[in-house]
Amino acid sequence: MIRSKWFGPSIVIFLILFILPSFIPRFYTYILALIFVTSLLAMSLNLVVGHGGLFQFHHGVFYGVGAYTVALMLKKTSLPMWTGFIAGPIVAAMMGLIIGWLCVRLSRLYFGMLQISLGSLIWVIVFRWYSFTGGDDGIPGIPMPSLLSSSKNSYYFILIILAICLILMYMILKSPFGSTLQAIRDNPQRCEAIGINVRRHQLIAIVIATFFAGIAGVLFVALERSVFTDLLFWTLSLEIFIMCLLGGWFTFAGPILGAAIMVALRTFVGIFTEYWTLILGIMLILIIFFLPEGVMGYLEKIFKRRTREEAGGGNR
Amino acid sequence: MLQVDSVVKSFDDFKAVNGANLAVGKSEIVAVIGPNGAGKTTLFNLITGALKRDRGRIIFKDEDISELPPYEICKKGISRSYQIVNIFPRLTVFRNVQVAVLSQQRRSNQLFQPAKNMVVKETSNLLESVGLLDKAQSVAGSLSHGDQKILEIAIALGNEPELLILDEPTAGMSPEETSATMELIKRLAQMRGLTILFCEHDMEIVFSIAQSIMVMHQGRTLIQGKPEEVRNNPFVQEAYLGVE
Repeated sequence: MIRSKWFGPSIVIFLILFILPSFIPRFYTYILALIFVTSLLAMSLNLVVGHGGLFQFHHGVFYGVGAYTVALMLKKTSLPMWTGFIAGPIVAAMMGLIIGWLCVRLSRLYFGMLQISLGSLIWVIVFRWYSFTGGDDGIPGIPMPSLLSSSKNSYYFILIILAICLILMYMILKSPFGSTLQAIRDNPQRCEAIGINVRRHQLIAIVIATFFAGIAGVLFVALERSVFTDLLFWTLSLEIFIMCLLGGWFTFAGPILGAAIMVALRTFVGIFTEYWTLILGIMLILIIFFLPEGVMGYLEKIFKRRTREEAGGGNR
Repeated sequence: MLQVDSVVKSFDDFKAVNGANLAVGKSEIVAVIGPNGAGKTTLFNLITGALKRDRGRIIFKDEDISELPPYEICKKGISRSYQIVNIFPRLTVFRNVQVAVLSQQRRSNQLFQPAKNMVVKETSNLLESVGLLDKAQSVAGSLSHGDQKILEIAIALGNEPELLILDEPTAGMSPEETSATMELIKRLAQMRGLTILFCEHDMEIVFSIAQSIMVMHQGRTLIQGKPEEVRNNPFVQEAYLGVE
């Protein structure tokens, strides 16, 4: 399967996270689960932003669509509950296909602008269509399968799905598809010249990323049992974009770190002041100036330098 | 093998290519010469599909390719290198070439197998034949300019082209690097049975390796012929070769 130097440490972290809920208060379990959901969302965005070089400015929409799909199916239909959980990512990916199909025709910034417009359109529909989506009231009190009845069970569910998704994403990035996607990020013009259909490749990447965003949306519902229109609002998209930058968008796990920082800031600084974004802003400015590759990018660089020095010292 | 027929391309009012003709036979080495701004690079961009021609026809192996997108043209067997280094600077040298080989083998869309162990042999052989194997794990952007130009050619070869188009392959190289690169190109052409179309400012190089030379002036083809014919053409002598 996967051979990587990160394999061992990842297993250890996973096991620690697995036993942790037995020792910490419920509130922290909840915060951790929220970090997991947000991490998955940020990771899915980074597939196209960090590794694909696309200005996916309104990724939150696909998260919201995934969440609303499962919420509406659980609330309004009597279909088996698991169908809702599967439908969430699929509908999100279909939305990704439609919006992506339109957007990949444009380059760089125009791609992002069109996506913000189309995404906002979906937000408006959800926001205004009271009879179907509940408008700005959202949908509270979504029934859950008995398996997810306790918050501890939801935590485990979210953790396991996150782990599976991370493994899949890792495999995708290391595959020929992922290599080619990174080559397109570096130089789309050259990729066309070596026989790669750049637009189609980017579109597939968007569909994959929106699928994972849809999964994150489903996990959000499993955690919160409610949905609201903020999930599709563009400020959330901006936040997850910042998470990628903060954590390090050219690294694999950077967005997880970014998501953890953001959620922690909002939760713990948010207790003291409602201006927690002020602190975020200052942090962001500092990071852009001093750690342009993000926190994880910086750590990786130090790590690499140290191993190189050790190797060099050993030779002498 | 390649036939360019009175091709025209304008940018707004400026006619960059205005009636270019070119014939390239199988296994030939053909050079395009002309002063800066004569339309050489634009012509190459038209052949490889990076730009769309306004009028005229481009025939490759009995097929009109003038309406095809670049990636389709590449799959037909035309590969190119660029005048200004155009590589994947963040990827390693190995991966730069591997991406091209994967594309050649139609494996770019495979999702779940690790790419690490794919086409390793093909890629390594290619890097060895251009002399970059010892730098395979370096990040491409950190190579010297000369090595980047060589990598440029290696990427193009990754597609196993029949026709290799080189846009000033030795631009910015030292004299030693230049002659080494031309030797390399000659050797590769023989080894792989390549057809080569290139443009170059150094007349000595052009006349030493080209079997046919096309002269461009203000977007127009002046003449195409054997080196001696071109050398003896009065207008070419006056304009480029500096002979009284």
